Amino acid sequence: MERLEVEREAPPSAPAPPGGAPEIVGRTPWQLFWRRFRKDRWALGGGAAVIVVVVLAVVGAPIAERLTGHELDETYIYSMTDEFGQPRGPTLSAELVPPEDQQGGSVFVFGADGLGRDVLVRILYGARTSLVVAVFATAIEIAIGIVLGLISGYYRGKIDTVISRITDVVLTLPVLLLAIGVGFACGSTKEGCVGGLVRPGIVLVSLIIGLFSWPYLSRIIRGQVLSLREKEFTEAARSLGASNRRIVFREILPNVIAPIIVYTTLIIPTNILFEAGLTFLGVGVPPEIPSWGRMLDEASENFDTQWWLMVFPGIFLFVTTLGFNLFGDGLRDALDPRSDRSTQ
Amino acid sequence: MLRYLVRRTLFMILVLWIVSVLTFVIFFKLPVRDPAQQIAGKGATAEVIANVRHQLGLDQPLLEQYRRFAKGLIPLPGFWLNEQVYYNWTNRVAVWEEMRRDFPYTAVLTFGAAVLWLAIGIPLGIISAIRRGSVWDRAGMVFALIGVSAPTFWLGFLFLWVFHYGLEMFPGSGIPPQESLWGSVLQGRFFLPWLTLAITSAAFYTRMVRGNLLETMSEDYIRTARAKGLSERAVTYRHGLRAALTPVVTMFGLDVGILLGGAVITETVFNIPGIGSYAIRSIFQFNFPGTMGVTVFAAFFIVVANLVVDVLYAYLDPRVRYE
Repeated sequence: MERLEVEREAPPSAPAPPGGAPEIVGRTPWQLFWRRFRKDRWALGGGAAVIVVVVLAVVGAPIAERLTGHELDETYIYSMTDEFGQPRGPTLSAELVPPEDQQGGSVFVFGADGLGRDVLVRILYGARTSLVVAVFATAIEIAIGIVLGLISGYYRGKIDTVISRITDVVLTLPVLLLAIGVGFACGSTKEGCVGGLVRPGIVLVSLIIGLFSWPYLSRIIRGQVLSLREKEFTEAARSLGASNRRIVFREILPNVIAPIIVYTTLIIPTNILFEAGLTFLGVGVPPEIPSWGRMLDEASENFDTQWWLMVFPGIFLFVTTLGFNLFGDGLRDALDPRSDRSTQ
Repeated sequence: MLRYLVRRTLFMILVLWIVSVLTFVIFFKLPVRDPAQQIAGKGATAEVIANVRHQLGLDQPLLEQYRRFAKGLIPLPGFWLNEQVYYNWTNRVAVWEEMRRDFPYTAVLTFGAAVLWLAIGIPLGIISAIRRGSVWDRAGMVFALIGVSAPTFWLGFLFLWVFHYGLEMFPGSGIPPQESLWGSVLQGRFFLPWLTLAITSAAFYTRMVRGNLLETMSEDYIRTARAKGLSERAVTYRHGLRAALTPVVTMFGLDVGILLGGAVITETVFNIPGIGSYAIRSIFQFNFPGTMGVTVFAAFFIVVANLVVDVLYAYLDPRVRYE
């Protein structure tokens, strides 16, 4: 009910134009969306967290490298590991370390890892890995999902049956185990697989994630298209002689954009976790690329004493996924008139 | 119903066949590194490697290799994970034996966590829905968001850090080899793994129950029940909850089915010797049949869980009819 009020929410105190009805301001759906969305503090907070992480990844990483003077792969063995080869934790002052050992300064905000590398710098560069893999994988997923969803929903019949069965099959696969298999087969040597076509790295991990998780999106879009193709405006376009292509791209696609956007923001965190999980298990991005999953894997040995190796990468991972989830939930609530959070 | 079952069974076979092809391609065709060379060791001569390759059956024509491999997918004695193919390449023990040894750990982990996540997820969802907008609802939704967003492995480490190293309330990761499974359970070794797995899963249940219950409570038949003069309690629990919980059965069945095929990450974090950690250990030892065996086994569980859930659904929800 409250949706109707929003639409005729002309300020009651506004003076009526002389000799006529009060002016009714039309609002586009996007304006309506924005009015709802900006009231959602949780979603705005999530969005802010996402922006912070993106900014940190893009410009924060090199800045941190410059400020601390610690390069990404530089190992400060003398200053940051003790006589037993164990890394030192967060140090903010130079006092702990004898001056002759202080290569590259000694301010390690998040401490050092087992090789004496700066954890902060590695976390910030790890953010790049996480985000890039998540975006690539999501793009693959969306591309496959949209194409298959549109085709099967619009053409129905035999094509739909075939595509839907394929979707069902992929949904029933033991995805994690197969992903581990591909990740190992293609990622354990520099040569890669498929005759060197796919080499270990960000592209491989994105491909694995994308190729195994498109069915959810494809199903959602198919459902939407099935109902949209029966709507009056589609019929109108058809009766005007519009081609199938025109109907699909100009009439139907714009109407599924909203659910696609919502779903995109909600699968990005899933994909971030997928990448981190694969890398954690040792079959994700290769060791030379900094990644949160690997940092947590390396932390697993000694985090009872070297807690900084486990806590800080985990917090970044968690805040990133939480931010995307909050933002996505807010988007869904604001775009879907049936949602209930705004009634609170 | 019979026709439906036949169709579903055919679909199951199709899925298992596709899994077999995928698994075969992944483990026999994709790797660049030669498993025979890995098994034979670094300094092995070409002769030894060829010998190992012959022993592993990797020198046979591809189709023959596939035939022997695919036989193991037929869930009948004599075929199921047949020992000619599914044996551990590093120690020559049948994969089936090793999986039988490890599976109880995965099962205990799965079912314990399942009880816990239902006990957390469903009540929280109900309270959130009934007291919508209250502090309870807020708390429930925050919990759900945290559970959905938290990486399982990080949560596991945090729990170990706080409850084992910090408060010393629960034993740490790992299960001593001489200890029996029930001994481990009684020692509380499974509690933190259960909690980790349960929290990340319960979150989805909380969200789902809340959403479903809110939707059900606005249906006409609920209004009818209220109009009859039933108490709000009876309306909610007898009429509302029943419809709201049916989809949970589906999700529960599928989740349990997936986890029985190996809770890879949780098992790795807590060093539980289940089939999930067996699969990941095997792959790094180039014991491909081990990982393939678990994959086939997992696919089987997922497919069966799907079928069971769908059939059950028809009984629980009178609106669903299968033809």
